[in-house]
Amino acid sequence: MDRAKIKKELEKLAAEGLPAGQPQEEAPVVVQAEGEGEDKAKAKAKKEEDVPRKNGLIETDYAKRGAHLDVQINPDQVVKAAELLDSEGMTIDMVTGVDWIKEGQFEIIYDYSYTAGGPAFRVVVRARVDRNKPDIPTISHIYGGANWHERETWELLGINFVGHPQLEHFLLPEDADFFPLRKDFKP
Amino acid sequence: MSSLAQSQLRETFELNIGPQHPATHGVLRIKVVMDGEYIDRAEPILGYIHRMHEKMGENRTWNQFWPNMGRLDYLSAIAYNHCYAGLMERALGIVVPERAEYIRVITAELNRIQSHLLGFGAYIMDLGGFTPLMYAMDEREQILDLLESVTGSRLTYCYFRFGGVYNDIDDDFITGTRAFLKRFRPQIDLYHKLVTGNVILMDRLIGIGPLSPEICRKYGATGPVLRGSGINFDIRKNEPYSVYPELDFDIPVYHECDSMARYMVRMDEMGQSCRIIEQALNKLPEGPVMAEKVPKALKPPKGDYYYAVEAARGMFSMRTVSDGTNNSYRMRLRSPTYSNVSLFEEASRGMLLSDALAFLGSLDPVIPEMDR
Repeated sequence: MDRAKIKKELEKLAAEGLPAGQPQEEAPVVVQAEGEGEDKAKAKAKKEEDVPRKNGLIETDYAKRGAHLDVQINPDQVVKAAELLDSEGMTIDMVTGVDWIKEGQFEIIYDYSYTAGGPAFRVVVRARVDRNKPDIPTISHIYGGANWHERETWELLGINFVGHPQLEHFLLPEDADFFPLRKDFKP
Repeated sequence: MSSLAQSQLRETFELNIGPQHPATHGVLRIKVVMDGEYIDRAEPILGYIHRMHEKMGENRTWNQFWPNMGRLDYLSAIAYNHCYAGLMERALGIVVPERAEYIRVITAELNRIQSHLLGFGAYIMDLGGFTPLMYAMDEREQILDLLESVTGSRLTYCYFRFGGVYNDIDDDFITGTRAFLKRFRPQIDLYHKLVTGNVILMDRLIGIGPLSPEICRKYGATGPVLRGSGINFDIRKNEPYSVYPELDFDIPVYHECDSMARYMVRMDEMGQSCRIIEQALNKLPEGPVMAEKVPKALKPPKGDYYYAVEAARGMFSMRTVSDGTNNSYRMRLRSPTYSNVSLFEEASRGMLLSDALAFLGSLDPVIPEMDR
């Protein structure tokens, strides 16, 4: 695990997703995907003028927050982030969904950590999706452990992990037709 | 069709283990597709004891959420107390008196011993040996009595508070704990003599349920499962919290990657916990057990906070998103068994059914903690 490299790569990734960001020189397939991401990001930026946080990387104060790096990226970049952190030997801890109902968004938080010995290193990756169309690609093909976490997030919040092999009811009863962690949920 | 061609047909059948099965340690159901005696696919099915603790975190005030911490992992509840206390102290910037931190460590380690004791006894019972459970229960009862005298409950502890612990330990507890340590240490050797060297046990555990470090990483396995796969990772050492850095202890690591390695990690950890408790008792400073200035209405600043501790089964961590009000906007609980058992499906493929149960027991699942 190379902390400086992870930081640099994640910074680059977050910059790619910014509407004003210059397209990076990468393989052609990636450029195509980036074009898509830019369009989305532009649309997103127009829609949400007063979103508190823009895409980008923050070095958080570990003593106060409990994480070392905190990066926000576009939803279509989470797979790339997972691949990057996987190649550096990081582990997925959990996947959390947060319902920001006032902003009309869901936030998906991926917690990565380094569990192969040595001092702990925690990376938080965030992405925001539209609440009316909550689609985000799955990372369960990279991290098997993300499978259950994503399934649970789908079940409790209704965030659709595109490409997930088994989005079926998990903790709730089979006939549950509600999302209990959504802020507009009425029991 | 000739009889030879017929015999080459691969027939599978479905088998349900649980939800009411002693080998699953609670209400876990495993849907198994069997190919004869071998497992084709084993899918754990969760949710039989789901209580939606995360939602409760959102609609209660910070203090009202305390009792939930005792009801996740009912075997190592003090570690969960520790995590919640640490999380909120991080968010609010509360400094905890040193005596309180020592008491926290002493009770957490006692709790870890009793968790491993029950894990040991129940695991051997899974494999068909009933007697060791009785030995383990005998010792465990001593710990429960000690903890009851100071926390007021036997299993579902709600002992910590933001800024300290709610009840100071007394001389009875200290002498009782010292007496317990004196009595318990030789017992570990006795367990090894009675159980570990047993040839039947060795046949059932050695080489069974191999878990490579790679699969542990992909699934986020922690605790004795990870340390049984040769990786030296323990939050108490790698991401030190509380007063653990001031105490001298080792992290047992076994490189065999099998069920026996995971069993041995737990056995050795009990000895290390004894060391920790003894040192903490010797170093126990005088002073208050609660921080002086803890606000009545807790309003952590906006943002999210993360805290992780080493529970008996691995890394328990919490992430809370605060919007600056007196209850949490989002409370996320990451329980260690959840990740540890999620690798069962991949790792149990092609295993004999009886081996798979020995393997599942070596993961030491606690179901209420998985289902939350």
